[in-house]
Amino acid sequence: MDGLDAIAALLVATIRAATPLALAAIGELVTEKSGVLNLGVEGMMLVGAVAAFATAVATGNLPLAILAAMVASMLVAFLFGVMTLSLMSNQVATGLALTIFGIGLSAFVGKDFIGIPITSLKPLDIPGLSDLPLIGPVLFGQDPLVYASVALTVAVGWFLHRTRAGLVIRAVGENHTAAHAIGYPVIAIRYLCVLFGGAMSGLAGAYLSLAYTPMWVENMTAGRGWIALALVVFATWKPGRALLGAYLFGGVTIVQLHAQGLGVEISSHILSMLPYLATILVLVLISRDETKIRLNAPACLGKIFRPDF
Amino acid sequence: MWPRLEARPERSRVMVYLTPLVAAALTALAGLVMFGALGYDPVEALYVFFVAPLTTSFGLSELVVKATPLVLCALGLAVGFRGNVWNIGAEGQLILGAIFAGGLALWAGDANAPWLLPAMVVAGMIGGMAWAAIPAFLRTRFHANEILVSLMLTYVAGLLLGYLVHGPWRDPAGFNFPETALFGDSAMLPALIEGTRLHAGALFAIVAVGAVWVLLMHSFIGFQVKVIGLAPRAGGYAGFSQARVVWLGLLCGGGLSGLAGMVEVAGPIGQLHPQISPGYGFTAIIVAFLGRLHPLGILLAGLFMALTYLGGDTLQIEMGLPRAMTGVFQGMILFFLLASDVLIHHRVRFGPRRAPAPAPTSTPEPETGGTA
Repeated sequence: MDGLDAIAALLVATIRAATPLALAAIGELVTEKSGVLNLGVEGMMLVGAVAAFATAVATGNLPLAILAAMVASMLVAFLFGVMTLSLMSNQVATGLALTIFGIGLSAFVGKDFIGIPITSLKPLDIPGLSDLPLIGPVLFGQDPLVYASVALTVAVGWFLHRTRAGLVIRAVGENHTAAHAIGYPVIAIRYLCVLFGGAMSGLAGAYLSLAYTPMWVENMTAGRGWIALALVVFATWKPGRALLGAYLFGGVTIVQLHAQGLGVEISSHILSMLPYLATILVLVLISRDETKIRLNAPACLGKIFRPDF
Repeated sequence: MWPRLEARPERSRVMVYLTPLVAAALTALAGLVMFGALGYDPVEALYVFFVAPLTTSFGLSELVVKATPLVLCALGLAVGFRGNVWNIGAEGQLILGAIFAGGLALWAGDANAPWLLPAMVVAGMIGGMAWAAIPAFLRTRFHANEILVSLMLTYVAGLLLGYLVHGPWRDPAGFNFPETALFGDSAMLPALIEGTRLHAGALFAIVAVGAVWVLLMHSFIGFQVKVIGLAPRAGGYAGFSQARVVWLGLLCGGGLSGLAGMVEVAGPIGQLHPQISPGYGFTAIIVAFLGRLHPLGILLAGLFMALTYLGGDTLQIEMGLPRAMTGVFQGMILFFLLASDVLIHHRVRFGPRRAPAPAPTSTPEPETGGTA
């Protein structure tokens, strides 16, 4: 029974660590499917995290805080859209700018909120079901955003591959010139996808500051936005695989956190390197096969679309 | 009547040099609005941020001290950026340079050794190059994206430094603070002006500007970098090696960032501790763009961005605003620069589109419809 409880605790922790990665990765996946590479995920997540936390402190209303995070991240994503889509700036450079700006802005807004406690997002508690051994806490004892991440993954997978609108998005990402020639509003579609990516990064940030570690710490994303970007490549732009990859990374994070508790005599600094090293390893493994990436990556990813006047 | 963009037949040379100034002016303007909105006297705050640090000799020397690592990192990054090699791990390469050079200094201890400083320079550059070689190898051998690899390695480098100063390299006489012993005198860069922190590292930056200028503007490999960056296929047909450009870009970035790390620990800091860089490696990305990837431009941009660090400090001391203001300003500068870069390839037109039959009334612009 004790062993079962320990396994349940590990699984719950893994899923919690994976959820922000999954949310951000699914958002970026849609953005990239439309042909836009937004390297500003880290910055958007930070803006979302601080917006959620500030709203939670001010109102105590957690759903409102989550909404605030989505709106705030969509605003900075919109800025990215204006720059890359309307003003045709370089997407890589603009994404980096968005991250640098997001780090600065969130640190600036957040300095009044350091050390303030909030009531965190509570896990569901379904009488009976949540008390079942193992599957109780893992399946029925998570907080709402965890369920949202799974539901959104399924929804995005269905939307991209089973609906007409999803097909149009993929067409725009594969060949914007052809999509434009057929009459699809390439720029408008890309704006919507960038905004969706922003909203999802906001959710991911809100999860961090409301549920995962309910407090505000400067730079609290600690590279998760970048790991989410790597996950999209790892998933070869397939939503289900992105979720799977996120759980894999959540597992690595948890192994790192629990290794010391299990009596592993390694410095915490060295153990903390694991998620980053795992990201590199995974990137190498997946990128090794160049044709696989070329077949799956949206062909117009990162390319600027200039509508011929 | 909406303004609209019209493609220029060729890129505007004037705008290439004008847009950094436009970006700086727009940033100052946005600063005015932001300070005003926060309830501070906007003109005074802007003065404290951008001008006050330059009014004292201490401020001027600090400007050069802070510009030195920025210019060094940005010069290296520019070589890569020109060839479409996106090394954004300069911060990690800087840390590795500091670890290599600092390790040598700690090993030498108080020994009076004239060879120590030159050896530290070499060690710092090797440290940075070794760290940058990882993304270069993984990109050329396994096609792994160098943006993500170099960035992940930055986190690893920070943790490695943390491990060293918390563990094996901690100063036994340091009251358990996570820092190493102070370097010996012969491991410290000499001061250029007595009484200030201005040190000989600034000369390295000047030399590096010259070296990178020759490399980029007057060497065959510099030409290859440019061609591969602008038109990879044309470069391929000419027989230029993409892998060579990747290696060159990353090794230049790593070497110069490593040198910047050495300059920091052997100059103003004098030991190793976890906060040896306030994000110089990331700010250097902005410096490289603001300087138009040109060595001389980078020198000017480095001085300007150093001002944002000093301005953040003086703003905190004199008006109690948080230092995070520095990051906000740095992000805004890059945003405005990238946004105004549109003017290099386009001009803004008002009035109706030039059509065969000029229409008397204005027509809406459905094609550009960018505000969905």
